[in-house]
Amino acid sequence: MYQMFLGGALRVKAAALAGGAWSKQWRRWAPVAVLVGLCIIIGLFNPNFFGGANFVRMLNTAAIPLVICMGVTFVILMGSIDLSAEGVIAICAVAASMLVANDFTGIAIGLFSVPAAILIGSLVGLLNGFIHVKFRIPSFMTTLGMGFAGIGLATAILGGVMVRISDSSFRDYLSLGRVFDIPAAVYIAGVAVIVAYVIQERTRIGRWVYAIGTDEATARNAGIPVDRTRIIVFGIAGAFYGLAGALSAAQIGRGHALISQDRLFTAITAIVVGGTALSGGVGSVLNSVIGVFIVIVLTNGMVLMGIEPYVQKGVQGLLIIAAVALALDRSRLDVVK
Amino acid sequence: MTTPVLEIRNVSKSFPGVKALDDVSFAINKGEVVGLIGENGAGKSTLLKVLNGIYQPDQGSIFVDGHPVTITSPRHAFDSGIAMVFQEQSVLPTLTVAENIFLGREEEFLRFGLLSKKRMNAAATKELAKVHLSVNPAMRCGDLSFADRQMVEIAKALSLDTRIKGHVTILLDEPTSVLEKREADLLFSIVRDLKSRASFVFISHRLEEVLEISDRVYVLRDGKSVKELESRDATVKDLHQLMVGRQLHHEYYREARQAVPSATTVLEVQSLTKSGSFSNISFALHEGEVLGIAGVIGSGREDLARCLAGHTPFDSGSLKVKGEQVHFSAAYDATAKGVGLVPAERKVEGLVAPFTVAENMTLAALPKFVSGFRIRFADENAVARQWIERLSIKTPSTATMVGSLSGGNQQKVVLAKWRIAGVNILILDHPTRGIDVGAKEDVYELIRDMTAEGLAVILLGDTLEEVIGLSNRVLVMRDGEVTATFEAAPGNKPAQVDLVSHMV
Repeated sequence: MYQMFLGGALRVKAAALAGGAWSKQWRRWAPVAVLVGLCIIIGLFNPNFFGGANFVRMLNTAAIPLVICMGVTFVILMGSIDLSAEGVIAICAVAASMLVANDFTGIAIGLFSVPAAILIGSLVGLLNGFIHVKFRIPSFMTTLGMGFAGIGLATAILGGVMVRISDSSFRDYLSLGRVFDIPAAVYIAGVAVIVAYVIQERTRIGRWVYAIGTDEATARNAGIPVDRTRIIVFGIAGAFYGLAGALSAAQIGRGHALISQDRLFTAITAIVVGGTALSGGVGSVLNSVIGVFIVIVLTNGMVLMGIEPYVQKGVQGLLIIAAVALALDRSRLDVVK
Repeated sequence: MTTPVLEIRNVSKSFPGVKALDDVSFAINKGEVVGLIGENGAGKSTLLKVLNGIYQPDQGSIFVDGHPVTITSPRHAFDSGIAMVFQEQSVLPTLTVAENIFLGREEEFLRFGLLSKKRMNAAATKELAKVHLSVNPAMRCGDLSFADRQMVEIAKALSLDTRIKGHVTILLDEPTSVLEKREADLLFSIVRDLKSRASFVFISHRLEEVLEISDRVYVLRDGKSVKELESRDATVKDLHQLMVGRQLHHEYYREARQAVPSATTVLEVQSLTKSGSFSNISFALHEGEVLGIAGVIGSGREDLARCLAGHTPFDSGSLKVKGEQVHFSAAYDATAKGVGLVPAERKVEGLVAPFTVAENMTLAALPKFVSGFRIRFADENAVARQWIERLSIKTPSTATMVGSLSGGNQQKVVLAKWRIAGVNILILDHPTRGIDVGAKEDVYELIRDMTAEGLAVILLGDTLEEVIGLSNRVLVMRDGEVTATFEAAPGNKPAQVDLVSHMV
């Protein structure tokens, strides 16, 4: 008797809601279940997986992807996409390595290079957002183009060489130094996750990201400054890429244009596997944390089990498809594009 | 006389092809509940959207407390003391109840840039108490029942009352259509409680409700305000009469050309049911017949049309085309059996705008124009030219992008597409929506031509007048069920008032 005047989409949604709390609970917790299941299976094959040294290794591998994912997740929650991470990270890593003691420039500002990298990252991010919103270019193309431009710029600045960092304290504080045997990069990533979580849960921007991702027209009607929010969110994402750039430079002690190769694919896989919907509005930065660990554990497990690197990449590709199949409630989609 | 809290004077608003509001004046006083009624498309929702700042009027002015204002956005309307409960729910399923209630107005819960969920939830609990809804404000709206979400939506609008100093106006666009009787009664008691603080504009298709809750009623028709009357002086029958207004123009609908349907049944529907949309629908459609279906938005007739054309599945019942039991799992199954739908959303569902006229016309029958892997363009163009002439479609050539044609000509292209596909049962969902009067007459002429050739038509008309004028028979639907069937032979057409009383 009710749902009389509603458009098709909403009605289907209402029907899907009635369709069972169980399947909804499953969707919410599926990523955690997958992570736990993976750990158990890999542990059965190779007990070394549960060793403390292996855990620390995995945490260290997860650090930079975590920071990147914190940025991309906001953009995806908003219903857009950001493919510029690799390019922005390259610029920021090169910038950071040129600002600390190095063999390319005479500048040596030490740890001040970190806020500088974050600033550069957020400026590029804001530019992404500005172009996307003001010129109404889909975020897919805007950020894809910006990503390539970033890598091109980094290559052009360096002329194909790489910058060697000679500031060892920079590398220690950001990446290599250990407290309780855990590398600094892990702590920094932890702080990044907390910051992202606070933005998501405790700020207006965080709230509006969900509103815009769910239904932009309603968000606009509620008086949310949609365009400004979009630009700011791309800026926030850029700030996380900036930090990831500084971390990358510190980790390997060099800055070059291809420093972030394959990072984007890993990040998008992790976010989707973690259960954040590419359509926007559904998910969380915490989902992305789980997603990153699923990808890292899987990769680590495959290494422990001696699986060929090429096969590993293939598995990662299949994983992203499987994750969408598991997590997405396709019954309520009218059209699948 | 006191100054009205909200007043509009001589407001007009046009959309391409239709004048939605035509010189409408309207005032609401302190503590008053004003009803707004009219047929679908009479301009009620447009009027509310103008008051809420979603649309800007082309002409005329709006006054709040006697001061002229320009309402630029819903947020601006809110700050001016006007809040709206939307006909389509605007509650976001991914946010919590509290987050929805205060969406876009989070400032008051900010401290050092951070939101206090605790304070927000506490404030939301207060707002929810007003509508006697006891749900956890931290719950996601997607987990609430449909009616509860509607109450959240109402609570969101009522929250204005504690946030704005001075008098407020709350616009309710069909707030009760998803509510059970008990909840609707609750809403009315809330409205009465709040009358000391707020004024209400109330839109509903349920006229008894309008008379029950309102002090005054405005009747809109074709974008004009035709009557303003005191509720206590009015009856439901008066309102029906006023909503419908004028008499039928026999000539306009080519009644003289109305075909006498043959006895051959082409489509037989038995106890067709789709849960949540319509139930137990049975009828037979004959060769050369126009069967009209009348009903307000939400009567289920649009869903029925989509089911018959194979766009969505039905739950139970049976469907026979020319005596053969059929089961459509997609629209192309229906096309293969000779059933086509001309959808209301012409630009989205009926045409591929960047395709040419010829490409659109042959879209549903492309295999007829293919040899091997090659499309026979010459044949395609020849057929397209033939139909352009036959339906007198105004287009520079067969290669013109269909998106650049006028609405009426676009509609003719859609009709041609189905004729080329060999469809003999045509479902027309608002075939004249958004096209001008001349083009409407062309479409009526075409319908007569088609039925003369033996086509059977199911018509969901844009107006009641159109349904009655064109149909041989009219089914009236309400809340998903057929409430009446009227014969509509030429010269012996049922009155609109009779239909309306079965619609609402």
